[in-house]
Amino acid sequence: MTTLSRRKLLRTAACASLALPFGGCNMFDGLRNRQNAMRQFMQQSVNGLTYRTQRLLLAADQLAPEFHRSDIRQGQKPNGSIDPDTPEYLKVKANNFIDYQLTVDGLVENPQSFSLQALQAMPQRTQITRHDCVEGWSTIAQWQGTPLSHVLDQVRLKPQARYIVFHCLDALTKSLSGPEYYYESIDLVDARHPQTILAHAMNGAPLPIENGAPLRARVERQLGYKMAKYIRRIEAVATLDGIQGGNGSYWADRGYEWFAGI
Amino acid sequence: MTEKVRPGRIIKRQRLATRITHWLWAVSLLFLLLSGLQIFNAYPRLHIGNEAGFAYDNTLFELTEIPGWLTIPSTRDLATGRVVHFFFAWIFVATFFVWFAASLRNRHLKKDLLPRGSDIAALPGDIRSHIRLKFHHTIRYSPLQKLAYAGVLFVLFPLIILTGLCMSPGLNAVLPWLPELFGGRQTARTIHFIVMLLLVAFFAVHIAMILLAGPLNELRSIITGRYRIDPVTKGKRS
Repeated sequence: MTTLSRRKLLRTAACASLALPFGGCNMFDGLRNRQNAMRQFMQQSVNGLTYRTQRLLLAADQLAPEFHRSDIRQGQKPNGSIDPDTPEYLKVKANNFIDYQLTVDGLVENPQSFSLQALQAMPQRTQITRHDCVEGWSTIAQWQGTPLSHVLDQVRLKPQARYIVFHCLDALTKSLSGPEYYYESIDLVDARHPQTILAHAMNGAPLPIENGAPLRARVERQLGYKMAKYIRRIEAVATLDGIQGGNGSYWADRGYEWFAGI
Repeated sequence: MTEKVRPGRIIKRQRLATRITHWLWAVSLLFLLLSGLQIFNAYPRLHIGNEAGFAYDNTLFELTEIPGWLTIPSTRDLATGRVVHFFFAWIFVATFFVWFAASLRNRHLKKDLLPRGSDIAALPGDIRSHIRLKFHHTIRYSPLQKLAYAGVLFVLFPLIILTGLCMSPGLNAVLPWLPELFGGRQTARTIHFIVMLLLVAFFAVHIAMILLAGPLNELRSIITGRYRIDPVTKGKRS
């Protein structure tokens, strides 16, 4: 009896020790390198699959869930830039955004600039939606603004246009060559979506500076980082190559997914 | 006096589909756990409801940070954690559908996993023998084994997949009722975390049972499918 259980115990201990080398995960730290072949394989296969699956499942104008007034229990948590200090932003902020002009150009028939008042005079949409941050938190707020599709109809997209790029006034980081301005881009399905608006008001008041004044995008079927704040220019393009890091977004240039449906 | 115990015969216990899906899950769940803890570190707070309360308190649980030896990568890197998590999430879910189809077809579900009346009758005896750490090696799973496996496969796996999908604003537009079913997106995130803890607890018990029941025989059955059952004629053990 004693020999049998001792042998069993030794065998058990030997087997358990086989599991030890699995402790500690820095053996996968090579994946942190954005150029790592395995990481690129994983990211490209997954991004492609996730994007195609969502485009397959999501009808073009299927709406993100909307909420009731009673669901608004707090302000919108500010994140990313909350008080930009670039010279361009300080200039439009100084006069309480009265001189602000939104430029819409690129692959369009009729490039134009719009003041805040001109945008507010266009058809408006108001929606109470949940903002989901890539970090994991969510907050519910009411957004009011001009549907992007209406603005695109004013400037008339050329047939080659495939993406809409939001160029922003804020810069989260600075490099040797100057501020690295925030930017984002979406495809035409999301650009034409009824809930995709250029918001200038939040919870019934003008958009606060920390939430993107004077103008921010709402792209309700994607994560928060797609909803660029402090927009200065909207550009229609055929390809995202050649714009900053070439991945179509400030965060995609830093290893996040361009399509942020999850 | 010691009487020699004749070894029981070796039978074919696990089918190929069961063995392959078992190991695909083992690998993908390990990576999902460690990359999931990396993602959790970006916002290590769990809430009840649709929102994270900042101006009010709906926090259920809060941590400062999961240590680096439990995360992939070992330093803070949400972008890489997400790449790893979604890659293995696709493998995990695809494996689940393959396993389900194969197990329906080869009757693994009905024959081996679904508890029947006789299992309920045998449950008290099985609990007693587990407490005494006496394990029977038979062609069929014991009632407690069935309960554990069925709980993981039919409850925890679907729950962790569905609550994971609730994290997607895109999927929320396709199936707006899904996050509401769980009580809101933040509650779904909390459930996702709790199911992870239950799966880790299952893993600990699973490994302990394998070590106690005879690791080589158990391991062989899930690699080659061959398994030595107890001899039918009971020799008196010394």
